[in-house]
Amino acid sequence: MKKVLFMFWCALLSMPFMGIKGGAYLFVGICVSYGVYVLLAHLFGKIKKPAIPVNTKLLSTAFIAFAFILPFLIKDYYTDVAILVCIYIILALGVNIVVGFSGLLHLGFAAFYGIGAYSNALLTTHFGLGFWSALPLTLLFTSMAGLLLAFPALRLKGDYLAIVTLGFGEIIRLVLNNWDSVTRGPNGISNIPSPFILGFEISNLMYYYYLVLGFVLIAAFIVKRVYHSRTGRAWLSIREDETAAEAMGINTRKYKFMALSFGAFWAGLAGALFASKMHFVSPESFSFMESVFVVCMIILGGLGSIPGVILGSLILVLLPEVLRDFQLYRMLALGVGLVLMMIFRPQGLIRKN
Amino acid sequence: MILEVRDLTKIFGGLKAIEEISFKVKRGIILSIIGPNGAGKTTLFNCLTGVLPSTKGHVLFEDEDITQRRPYEITEKGIARTFQNIRVFNSMTVLENVMIGQHSRSREGLLTAVLGTKKFQREEDEIRSKALEYLEFTGIQDYAATLAENLPYGDQKRLEIARALATEPELLLLDEPAAGMNPQETMALMELIKKIREWGKTVIIIEHDMKVVMGISDWIIVLDHGVKIAEGTPNEIQNNPYVIEAYLGKEEVDLLS
Repeated sequence: MKKVLFMFWCALLSMPFMGIKGGAYLFVGICVSYGVYVLLAHLFGKIKKPAIPVNTKLLSTAFIAFAFILPFLIKDYYTDVAILVCIYIILALGVNIVVGFSGLLHLGFAAFYGIGAYSNALLTTHFGLGFWSALPLTLLFTSMAGLLLAFPALRLKGDYLAIVTLGFGEIIRLVLNNWDSVTRGPNGISNIPSPFILGFEISNLMYYYYLVLGFVLIAAFIVKRVYHSRTGRAWLSIREDETAAEAMGINTRKYKFMALSFGAFWAGLAGALFASKMHFVSPESFSFMESVFVVCMIILGGLGSIPGVILGSLILVLLPEVLRDFQLYRMLALGVGLVLMMIFRPQGLIRKN
Repeated sequence: MILEVRDLTKIFGGLKAIEEISFKVKRGIILSIIGPNGAGKTTLFNCLTGVLPSTKGHVLFEDEDITQRRPYEITEKGIARTFQNIRVFNSMTVLENVMIGQHSRSREGLLTAVLGTKKFQREEDEIRSKALEYLEFTGIQDYAATLAENLPYGDQKRLEIARALATEPELLLLDEPAAGMNPQETMALMELIKKIREWGKTVIIIEHDMKVVMGISDWIIVLDHGVKIAEGTPNEIQNNPYVIEAYLGKEEVDLLS
């Protein structure tokens, strides 16, 4: 019943742009394919998922190897998209620490992303620092911003925390937009230099891709290590049951602070990479939608799962590119996709354990 | 004396949940706290463990005042507890649950974890092997890799005890450990609690099952309407007129006599 209702809903949604006829076709189409599926399942017994023992180590090695040869296989335009995917993976790994591991619903992560990007932009253009000397300062600033937000926010739980962090995200965006003398307001900051390695400018897309890929690997490695440590377990226990965590001797306040500043740290790194990739930053890149987008990534991939986060970012960045020909409908497709996920696989694509 | 409570009072708005309760607990005994529903037993536990701040009075653990401490500090000092409504970490494995109990007895932080130093590895191995020991002690070692939410009810209660023991407490507070258990499970639980006492730990339990209370307690405290109305050995408590009155009501007692 749920499934039939859902098909009907899909068809209704498609009516505005496909017409009544198109919607009806879609409805019939889905009904028929579902009918065929049921029939086949009935005839051949329950269609089982293939129980192939997954060698995760081999799989991830293959994935990394593929990522390394990728730029040789695709056009420059797609290398550009791949860089964006990598930046979002770093950002999503950061959000995952806060939302996925510690269970603090944070809807203002674009703020840390923005602080990272603007720190990098200002330090390099105003103070003439290079990318590498600006990076530690940038990371310090964003981690501090994470700590500062934690003070008022961590007195709250659940929905209330979400609202406060949402507000925080908006405050940062508005400050970036209106503090003309420093951030140049909506005009943004341009001419952000590319990073140099050993006197060699990383301006070529392919080189930049390898730089960002390197950072992704480092980030994934570090986050994975921390996840399987005492600190990671403490975060998970806070997500599961805060009262019980405290009774187990975990200083929940301290670990929430740690989660927020550690998450902000990665968002800052993503921001710095974004700024030096684009050579330009403006406040509109760090809107509320950006925060929601990243939370969607980790929910789609599977909350708390590192491979899930990577897959989620991959899908959500690639999807709009793949659907570029259907400009008008891609947000709709995204929405339908997310609703589908919530109905049929609420735990995300890759589940922990 | 491992624990001393002096005039402990907790007021919620206009309701005195517990009122000027004082008692002392000898080391190495099993103490039961009984009383009708709403007598303030769980509130007392929450005040002892810092989950709720007490309004007045003092709690001394090993001669140290721990009254206004945060729960995690009290756990570090050596008091562990279980909860009346099971509060295991559902989507983590049984082993991970118990490993979290070792939190305050270990210290490696972010940096050594990232670098994967020898010291970190050694501590991690130690936490794991100790956790396995506690699982074996409570008899749920076969479930080590199971998600806690998939455990049967009785074993979830055992897991809570294993997790509390993993914090290496001197004093263990169990809030209705036998609630919802069948007679066999209850018997096994009584054995387990006795084993914990033999191990040299002090245990305070809140329990409604009188067979359990009379069977294992060395000392009993009776609460009613937030006030301590009696304390003594199981024998003394069974014959105490105030206790009979609290449980059966005044009229019934009059009728009986």
